[in-house]
Amino acid sequence: MRIQRRLDTPRWLVVAVPAASLVAAIAATAIVLLAAGKDPIATYARLFDRAFIEPGSLSNTMITATPLLLTGLAAAAAFRMRLWNIGAEGQLYLGAVGASGAGLLLRDQPGPVIIAGMILGGLLFGAGWAVIPGLLKAFFNTNEIITTLMLNYVAGLLLTYLIFGSRSFWRDLSTFSARAFPQGKPLPAAAMWPSLDLSVVVLPFGFVLGVLAAALLWWLYRSTIFGLQARILGDSPPAARYAGVKTRRVVVTMMALSGALAGLGGASEVGDFRHVLDPRGLQQAGLGYAGIVVAALGRYNPFSVVLVAFLLGGLANAGYSLQGPGFPAGLVGVLQGMILFFALGGELLIHYRISLPVPFGERGLSRQ
Amino acid sequence: MRSITKRFPGVLANDAVDFEARRGEVHALLGENGAGKSTLASILTGLYRPDSGEIAIDGKTVEFHSPRDATEAGVSMVHQHFRLAASLTVADNIVLGYRGTPWLRTNPGTIEAQVAELAKRYRMPVRPDARVWQLSVGEQQRVEILKALYRGARILILDEPTSLLTPQEANDLFETLRTMTAEGRTIVFVSHKLDELMAVSDRVTVLRGGKLTGTVNTRDTDQHALARMMIGREVVFTHAKEGHETTRETALELKDVSARDDLGLQVLHNVSLTVHHGEIVGVAGVAGNGQRQLAEAISGARPRMSGDVLVKKRRLRSGDPEHAVVNGVAHIPEDRMDTGVSPSLSIAENLVLKSHRRPPISTHGVLRHDRIMRNARELITRFAIAAPGPDTPARLLSGGNVQKVVLARELSSSPEVIVAANPTRGLDVGATEAVRGLLLEAAGRGVGILLISEDLDEILLLADRIAVIYEGRIVGVVPGSTADVQQLGLMMAGASA
Repeated sequence: MRIQRRLDTPRWLVVAVPAASLVAAIAATAIVLLAAGKDPIATYARLFDRAFIEPGSLSNTMITATPLLLTGLAAAAAFRMRLWNIGAEGQLYLGAVGASGAGLLLRDQPGPVIIAGMILGGLLFGAGWAVIPGLLKAFFNTNEIITTLMLNYVAGLLLTYLIFGSRSFWRDLSTFSARAFPQGKPLPAAAMWPSLDLSVVVLPFGFVLGVLAAALLWWLYRSTIFGLQARILGDSPPAARYAGVKTRRVVVTMMALSGALAGLGGASEVGDFRHVLDPRGLQQAGLGYAGIVVAALGRYNPFSVVLVAFLLGGLANAGYSLQGPGFPAGLVGVLQGMILFFALGGELLIHYRISLPVPFGERGLSRQ
Repeated sequence: MRSITKRFPGVLANDAVDFEARRGEVHALLGENGAGKSTLASILTGLYRPDSGEIAIDGKTVEFHSPRDATEAGVSMVHQHFRLAASLTVADNIVLGYRGTPWLRTNPGTIEAQVAELAKRYRMPVRPDARVWQLSVGEQQRVEILKALYRGARILILDEPTSLLTPQEANDLFETLRTMTAEGRTIVFVSHKLDELMAVSDRVTVLRGGKLTGTVNTRDTDQHALARMMIGREVVFTHAKEGHETTRETALELKDVSARDDLGLQVLHNVSLTVHHGEIVGVAGVAGNGQRQLAEAISGARPRMSGDVLVKKRRLRSGDPEHAVVNGVAHIPEDRMDTGVSPSLSIAENLVLKSHRRPPISTHGVLRHDRIMRNARELITRFAIAAPGPDTPARLLSGGNVQKVVLARELSSSPEVIVAANPTRGLDVGATEAVRGLLLEAAGRGVGILLISEDLDEILLLADRIAVIYEGRIVGVVPGSTADVQQLGLMMAGASA
């Protein structure tokens, strides 16, 4: 067997390899299920039913998919420029802080104003948090992987402090029980984000925003000066300097954009679902890290990210709702891990050609 | 090798090529970039498999499934870019991956002794216990050759072996090759440098466009005949410098320009130079005397410490490439693959690398794809860039075509001044001729050209005036017509004019 680097990747492979990885992951997990004495077909059928078929399941899938979509886009935007922002987690927390703060501040305003304020708050706080490592990278050439990762912990502590460690604006101090068991101030009813009811499925507002953001991101990379400069910089920094690209500006802007998308994810968590700043819930979900997986599986393509977020959202949703004595609790985690494992392994097939030795006489017939 | 054919997507790299080398000869393989030399060599070493044709060694047909098969059959290759592990010792590199290497080295001295013995026999002095990163380029090449000999190579393929060597190191290499052929080994010497082929080879096989042009005895031919076989037509080795008027109007003026290198050390000291319209001013010097920083200080890619750069009397802002472009400075950087182009981007996008911020290529921050494609199609035709299409990534092009992309972009911006840094380094004869022709044509139109080159012949050929740079200072300027090589050589070594 020989492995050769491909000069150029055929288009069909880019679709075929992830699809095959998915099938391989399902097959491999089936073996695990068999070993555990479960019927794989029946288990998968239940999983599939609960994710996409049963009444209301599709809408629940959308709810789990929404934050994955936004953090996935955040990671994809930066990764495509080889800017390794793995701080979507912290940027999402800050987005939630900004959005809930705006919702509380504007509590007496009409609904659309509150919601617009929350979106803006989420975008700005997420972007602001990401700009810190962006500036550090642009001016001091620090490694953004480390700074963004460390800032995730800072953001988590900040979140905890706002509700558990202080008498902050976000904390509910109105009742005795709230003072004894700290929690965030509930947002006014008018701060609840609308949802789009398409009768088959109810789309959270955040999901709609995410799809719009995906289209915008695609267009930004393809058709704007900023996008072209980001691609040049990601491909070859010396060429970017030579072409007069203002490198620092592009790095900081891209970090801000990436952070804003993650922050929007945080805003959607508050506006669409939680309606309160909930440090424990946000930190347990690990939505920012999941976004990295979504971006990687989507090969940093915004539209693929939408699809991957939907599929992984379905899986996660089915996993939550089926958990119980009759259903292996770790199954969904195993399946997710398998999918990621096979998809990253499949990358090899996209960049390299693997061929088996062919006898010389048959060579004319079997051109690889 | 009989009737070797190899296709790549869109390219027929080798078309029924026959190649035969005798025992004990240096057989040169000559051809332009993209003529199929490297493909043929890769097939011979088992890196690629031919689509058809067969290989015979000592009359026996062989079949290589991998480079290891080729090594076992006694065929080894020294690549242009060495394949050594920099942190390991010379001896470790030589046995690395070799089938006979024991898992555990119980007797550490033996390999070192064997390597030292080989090195002595072929007069390639290199310490077996030195780490590869400590070695010069010439020494690293010796390690590659020793590696091949250690593995019992009877046929050794050298791919452009002199491209990174000094003339002295190249002569040493030729001596070693003669020792090896005297023992009956066969050397296949892949190159496009005619003078060294004449000096070292017994026979020459010429490829053109993937096809065999012919095999000749070196002593029955000359450089002109070989160039004709390689290019398919007459080659002009001398360019007429007359035909363009040098006006006395200043195109580019440098006043006391100083700059630092990437480590923050000052490497350019108060450089003052003037280039008139229609004039080619050569900057001669040994590599690493501030040439790169000089070019970048003018093009804005590097901020100046002090001093002024004026184009048509307008002062360029320090460290602002965009300002330089707008004021008519074109820059052909010496590192064309990573700086001159963005390798993964398409040819079309690379052709607007510098103009993408301005109309008509973009308006209000948005790119106009129709304009980008139209511009690309026009320039691909005008500059005869050989590429499947405007969407092809630049990294898939040959060196000559990448340089054509750079030139097409820089010349089409109607510059006042061109700063060209080693514009023909690593290019074959045909591409070199094309690049020089384009520069002369630009000078003929009145563009002022600063030609920074480590190739003194190139400067003597093209420049109206020659400035010599040494340790970041201009040590003298002499007229090109009366320049004396001896004198220039002394100045390049630091003696003042």
